[in-house]
Amino acid sequence: MGQTPQKWPGIELSNDDLLNKKVTQTRYHPRAKFSWSAGEAISRFLNELKEGRLIGRECKHCNKILFPPRMFCEQCFKPTSKWVYIKDTGTIQTYSISYLDKDAKRITDPIYVGVVSIDGAAEKMGIMHYFGEVTKDTIHIGMKVKAKWKPPLERTGSILDIEYFRPLKEGEQ
Amino acid sequence: MRKVAVIGAGMTLFRRRLMETPKELCFEATRMALDSAGIELKDVDAVISGSAPDGFDGVHMKGEYYSDGCGAYGKPYMRVFVGGGTGVFSAISGWYHIASGLADIALVVNEEKMSSCQPHPQSVFAHIWDPILDRPLKPNLIWIFAMEMNRYMTVHKIKKEDIALVAVKNKRNAVDHPCAQLADPNITVDDVLNSEVLAWPVQRLDISPPSDGAAALVMASEDAVKRLHVETPVWMKGVGWCIDSTMWTDRDLYFPEYVARAAKMAYKMAKIDNPRKQIDFAEPYDPFDYKELHHMEGLLLAKKGEAPIMTREGVTQRDGDLPTCPSGGLLGVGNPIAATMGVKIGELYWQLSGQAGKRQIPHEIKTGVTNAWGDLMQYGAVAVMGV
Amino acid sequence: MAGIYGNQRTFLCTSSFPSREHEDLEDKGGISLKVGIIGIGIAGFRTTTPELSWKELTYEAAAKAYQDAGVDPRKDVKAFVTCAEDYWEGFGIFDEFTPDQIGGALRPVCTVCGDGIHGLATGFMQIQTGLVDVVAVEAHSKISDLLTYEGVVQHALDPIWNKPLRGHPFYVAGLEMNAFLRASGNTEKHCAAVVEKNRNNAMRNGIAAYGANVDLNDILTSEKAFDPLKKLEISGLADGAVVLVLASDVAAKKLKRKPVWIKGVGWANDSPSLETREWERAKYAELAAQMAYRLAKVKNPAREIDFAEVDDRFSYKELQHLESLGLAKKGQAGKMTANGDTALDGKFPVNASGGSLGCGDVVEASGLHRVAEVALQLRGDAGKRQLDGVKVGIAQSWRGIPTTSGAVAIMGVNQ
Repeated sequence: MGQTPQKWPGIELSNDDLLNKKVTQTRYHPRAKFSWSAGEAISRFLNELKEGRLIGRECKHCNKILFPPRMFCEQCFKPTSKWVYIKDTGTIQTYSISYLDKDAKRITDPIYVGVVSIDGAAEKMGIMHYFGEVTKDTIHIGMKVKAKWKPPLERTGSILDIEYFRPLKEGEQ
Repeated sequence: MRKVAVIGAGMTLFRRRLMETPKELCFEATRMALDSAGIELKDVDAVISGSAPDGFDGVHMKGEYYSDGCGAYGKPYMRVFVGGGTGVFSAISGWYHIASGLADIALVVNEEKMSSCQPHPQSVFAHIWDPILDRPLKPNLIWIFAMEMNRYMTVHKIKKEDIALVAVKNKRNAVDHPCAQLADPNITVDDVLNSEVLAWPVQRLDISPPSDGAAALVMASEDAVKRLHVETPVWMKGVGWCIDSTMWTDRDLYFPEYVARAAKMAYKMAKIDNPRKQIDFAEPYDPFDYKELHHMEGLLLAKKGEAPIMTREGVTQRDGDLPTCPSGGLLGVGNPIAATMGVKIGELYWQLSGQAGKRQIPHEIKTGVTNAWGDLMQYGAVAVMGV
Repeated sequence: MAGIYGNQRTFLCTSSFPSREHEDLEDKGGISLKVGIIGIGIAGFRTTTPELSWKELTYEAAAKAYQDAGVDPRKDVKAFVTCAEDYWEGFGIFDEFTPDQIGGALRPVCTVCGDGIHGLATGFMQIQTGLVDVVAVEAHSKISDLLTYEGVVQHALDPIWNKPLRGHPFYVAGLEMNAFLRASGNTEKHCAAVVEKNRNNAMRNGIAAYGANVDLNDILTSEKAFDPLKKLEISGLADGAVVLVLASDVAAKKLKRKPVWIKGVGWANDSPSLETREWERAKYAELAAQMAYRLAKVKNPAREIDFAEVDDRFSYKELQHLESLGLAKKGQAGKMTANGDTALDGKFPVNASGGSLGCGDVVEASGLHRVAEVALQLRGDAGKRQLDGVKVGIAQSWRGIPTTSGAVAIMGVNQ
């Protein structure tokens, strides 16, 4: 008791040990399928996306337009009061240039992704999305962007109805 | 308030792949902790376990599955899971089991077996995002860190070089940690800056990779400490925990407010009003190098934007004024999520009880602080320990 | 077994809770000896809730609980406990998705991978430390979002010993029922009587999803599912949410609320492996009860407790749990049921709420619902199912197949 430990348990394996079955192992693929109810707030959000619009919910108490919309405000814990359309332009709050896809595989054409705060919603409220028509030299925090929507017939009521956010052009709103 | 101390600890090696099953990993760490405290399983009143996604080990309700490995057979057993915050929160759970009076001696066992998840544990991280708002974008875990790192760097105008210093410090410190997976005595800032860009600004050597491992603690009440004649109890002086809103895209990521709140809660309990002066050393959660800086500021050990300056000046070296991650941290030792308890709470215990071997901080230390961070940039679990 | 359950040591709580005047928590951080329930909120239960997200369903229960307790969660609730498992929800880290709908954003929240009563015990402990004085506990089921319930339950089995056997995991219940009936002498008819009682009780419960006028014969002749377990002896799944607000006596006084007191809590695990567990007994329930009885200073449960809400996910479980809790003598639970002793108007009402058989299996929220029911009964708020003159009640939970994990809470009107 109370002595500097000397022995540390653990037997290391290599990837080869597992892949070439040099260690006894058992394999199993779980059956786990889910279909999440979007609920009132997000259902409306998705339906509006299909129409090419972004919508928020007003919290009267906090005097803020919340986006993404929710039926209750997590700050004051009161139900939100009404639907409010917001713009599809915004500002890049932060971004990354990714050379990895979702399974950690290397890709050569990077994905530009980040958080964009949306004009019309309360300060700094936004969503994560892709950025397009940018390069690693042009993209920057604070850049003004606008949503590039998929054509109406290709929209399904999903966050992907927006293809990406692209730099706001001169004179655009 | 009842006083609670850590009286023993144990941990396994941290490796990318270990042969032991989840139950065996738990057993090894638990056995080591019991021996270190000089007690047997029958002396334990309650068992707490912390472990992160079930998806890694590949068993639903895995806490139940490996409970016997933790010594929970026939005992009150509770599993907590607050994402990456579990590494410190499970010790907090051990604290309230005892401070509440419901237990005199508690075992806290944290386990993670990421290697079971094939082809890569990364795939589990695809499921931590909101299914409607985030998952359709097929996000990669590294994106979270990259976005947060970018925001932090941009707001404070921090150079990559200063952030890379943390990776260098920790991977070098880890050479003295017997369990280390990623120790490197020769790593330089250039190595980090030249390493592969994964998701800019994150590069390969900025991060800690997945690991298997387990860690365990024995915690005891003041009465038990006296009864067992424990020579070097390390007391839980303060605990705090805080979660931020799920809506992470509505927050400014440059400062971890939730860590600050958890830290304030812990400092209040520990009666610390000047952390920079009253804390002797720190083990902030460092899954990525910039996170150490981010958390130093969250833990109120540095003013906002000041942590990189302190690092550059050598303040956070093991022989500096505020040794930070003397263990080698997650960057150097490994990151088996919940089992990182061994490198955080465990390190505080080993340092404060003088059992840290080659990693022992060369000057007198009385109080240390640690935090674990988790979820979608949401969770802060903080513990202040002292002698 | 030594420690908390053994006889060798004085139970910690009695020696470390000296009688002393209540101290102001703010000033001295003193331990509060009494913890009670001051708010109850229930949403659901329904077989499916397609129009609501899990957040919205939980918000409903939380809003109700906070109104009942007279608290503003953003100011008065000092900590929050939620009970969840990733695979029920379909998330890698469900803890991320817990705070907003219970008022926990930027507050101390923790997730326990346990049943609602494990969550209750956690809140109870957190208050007992003196660090916090009002804690909200939440548990919910949005199981209708899970399309492959059987697949997920199977995923809980041991990957080396049991998963390769395949099959619907409820065979474990069939095996246990078989062993229990043989060892205890209770019969299949007794088990069917449990279903009849609970589903009929549920007809008087506004939140129940499976209230039905079934009779003994319906159940006895229903399709065999996992012989001897029959189809109608298995609880149907339901969505729902339960939120409780716990407070120390000092906090309750400040909030001008009369709490239902938590007299004791206990929880325990038996062996997780199928091959080394005792099939005939619910040891986890025995151990959990022992712990709770010691805390509550209950020496003769059958006499000192007035009614019970126990897990009845499968019909035979109610009988097994009653015997494990010492509320029925060994082998007598079935006879008690057949005699009507456990009916609403019986000597010892069990599952007046309708239990899981009648209300629906709401996964981890089941235990919290049982606690809520006991509290409602003790308050006199149980409507058409109100039991007369009850003063002390017990709630018990089990975490389901394939676990041997469960918890117990004892509540009373007096401190």
